[in-house]
Amino acid sequence: MLGLTKKDGTLFIAVVLLTVLAPFILNPFPENSAMAQFNAGYPDLMQRFVIFGIFAMGFNILFGLTGYLSFGHAAFLGVGSYATVWMYKLLSYNVLPGLVLAIIVSGLFALLIGYISLRRSGIYFSILTLAFAEMSYRIAFSDLLGRFVGTTITNGETGLQVYSNDPQILLGQNGIEATHFFGFEMGASRILEMAGWSFTFNFGFYFCAVIFMAMFYMTIRIFRSPFGLMLRSVKSNQQRMNYTGVNSKPYTLAAFVISGMYAGLAGGLLAAMDPLAGGERMFWTESGAVVLMTILGGAGTLLGPILGAGFIKYFENIFSKINDNVLHSWFAFLPDGMENFMVTIIHPFVGKGWHLTLGVLFMLIVIFLPGGLVEGGQRIGRLFGRKKSEAEPKPGAIKPAE
Amino acid sequence: MDAIFLQILNGLDKGSAYALIALGLTLIFGTLGVVNFAHGALFMIGAFCAVTLQRILTLSTEIIDETKTDFLGNPLKVKTPYVETWFGPEVGQSIIDWSVPLALIIAVPVMLFVGVAMERGLVKHFYKRPHADQILVTFGLAIVLQEIIKYYFGANPIQTPAPEALVGSFDFGVLLGMDPNVVIYPIWRLVYFIFAIVIICAVFGFLQFTTFGMVVRAGMADRETVGLLGIDIDKRFTAMFGIAAIVAGLAGVMYGPILAPNYHMGMDFLVLSFVVVVVGGMGSLPGAVAAGFLLGILQSFASMNQIKAFVPGIDQIIIYLIAIVVLLTRPRGLLGRKGVMEE
Repeated sequence: MLGLTKKDGTLFIAVVLLTVLAPFILNPFPENSAMAQFNAGYPDLMQRFVIFGIFAMGFNILFGLTGYLSFGHAAFLGVGSYATVWMYKLLSYNVLPGLVLAIIVSGLFALLIGYISLRRSGIYFSILTLAFAEMSYRIAFSDLLGRFVGTTITNGETGLQVYSNDPQILLGQNGIEATHFFGFEMGASRILEMAGWSFTFNFGFYFCAVIFMAMFYMTIRIFRSPFGLMLRSVKSNQQRMNYTGVNSKPYTLAAFVISGMYAGLAGGLLAAMDPLAGGERMFWTESGAVVLMTILGGAGTLLGPILGAGFIKYFENIFSKINDNVLHSWFAFLPDGMENFMVTIIHPFVGKGWHLTLGVLFMLIVIFLPGGLVEGGQRIGRLFGRKKSEAEPKPGAIKPAE
Repeated sequence: MDAIFLQILNGLDKGSAYALIALGLTLIFGTLGVVNFAHGALFMIGAFCAVTLQRILTLSTEIIDETKTDFLGNPLKVKTPYVETWFGPEVGQSIIDWSVPLALIIAVPVMLFVGVAMERGLVKHFYKRPHADQILVTFGLAIVLQEIIKYYFGANPIQTPAPEALVGSFDFGVLLGMDPNVVIYPIWRLVYFIFAIVIICAVFGFLQFTTFGMVVRAGMADRETVGLLGIDIDKRFTAMFGIAAIVAGLAGVMYGPILAPNYHMGMDFLVLSFVVVVVGGMGSLPGAVAAGFLLGILQSFASMNQIKAFVPGIDQIIIYLIAIVVLLTRPRGLLGRKGVMEE
């Protein structure tokens, strides 16, 4: 089907189904129940799931296949956002030109950075990309580029946004004043009430989801192509590859540019959901986050980065909301002393301290499970004696991360 | 002339911090071959040693003094730190005043413990794994350490003032026969610079003039042969990890009065220190120190108004620009050795 093998086809269909049905799957608890805070089916978070899924997928093409660990991928995310917002400022709120420009600009930017950084490998490559990203962050954050040419380009700390005196030549007399795709507004939602449950269907989410699925299909094709095989051989033994007379540089550079374009697209989508672009999107913590996502899910696998992205975004938004009151209500069935004890123990790991949980989890994964969640799923699968396919998720243990 | 002189001085304190962190990073890399992303966290833990000591010293008893009242007319609570009750008010006050230098004493065993625990408990298991894994696991550790500190000390910077006697500035110009009040420099930054020089000399002296250091240098050059000679090189490398941790920790303690410690200061410095290490040459100790000072000074030159008027914002990005240029023209760094981290 679609040029995919049977296994990949099944995986693709599974991901498509999970994505399309995400508003249902991510809202498993009735609205007024105590568990309702674990519902992730609200538009903002669902959009983030797919957008960062794209970001991590792109990073995986570089890191998972070639083994080059880039610590500066957030730069492309930021460039994509800026490009998209500029299209709003110049043309109109239609997201299409913005996204196209985001992909082009981030691709060119990746070509420049990649061409220089890929002259070195290993730790030097990581540090070079980190240096480039930090530099881009500084440039964006204090609008150096703008000061150079005498106009504003990144608008410094305020972040780039659309003002009423911008040209917006395609906006017309009564143009839509919110991001839209040929008239369909990104913010538009339909809410379906069903016996206590409430499901939100948001156009923005489905717009991102369609792009996400297309990107996922493309990723599968890249993984299975001769080009993907070349990239894998760069990872396993670059020296031997060079000895056989293959110049690996064009391949790694292409991988770098492709993954930069994925990141640019993700950045553009972020700006499509919310017409803002700020320098903090280029900060190294963002680059670190995408590394975390990919490793957590499983680098080099198809599903891993998506799982990781979903997992981290879920934690970031849901785990961080658990406060002491919630904890007390959970352990209310215990005797008072025990209740307070449990709350004291768990307290540092939830709410504001969710980063701690993330750090500990990440370390455990790197130490014991280098293949990430996907490998964990496979191990559990093997434990039960069933033959698991390469990239099947842990059954039922993790929320679908679309 | 005086402006140039002033900028060199200004660059020294940041350069000292870069040099110290980069020195530790290089020690770990040169001996164990591990890229330690948690090194910034060690710098931060050092700074928080000073914060902790300051908190312990200012633990106080509260007495309600009926004779004094606050502005609402309520009796005023008077806090007396325990050290003042024990040693008398004057000695007690000066102990509190000197808490940052005193913290150096407690920082040494604490950092040694943290460093050795880190090497034995975690990093040891990663020698055989790829560099990417080492980066990732130490990156995870850095997040964890950072969050633990944030949990106990909060997210806001905590002031750790320098001793009263070392606050204020020093008129350098007069010393060199210039007009007074032209080249003024804060005393504490001068102290920091001298401190950094002392530490750097101590580390180099230790490596150069002791038997232990000689063995370590031999191990850096050829680990296998040293092992074949019947020397337990692993133990010595663990000790070097501890020493690197101490260097980073002490650098952090003393940096408190310059920049109030907060939980993410380590990472801010780490990114720059990596650049410093790479510019200096991976695995080269003199390279790390030289590049640290060089970049610190260049950064302060770039923040001069005359230069900023010429190229706006150059101060923000000069370090990265230099790193990129150096890496592309001299891939081994300024003083890098042959055969270290070359693919």
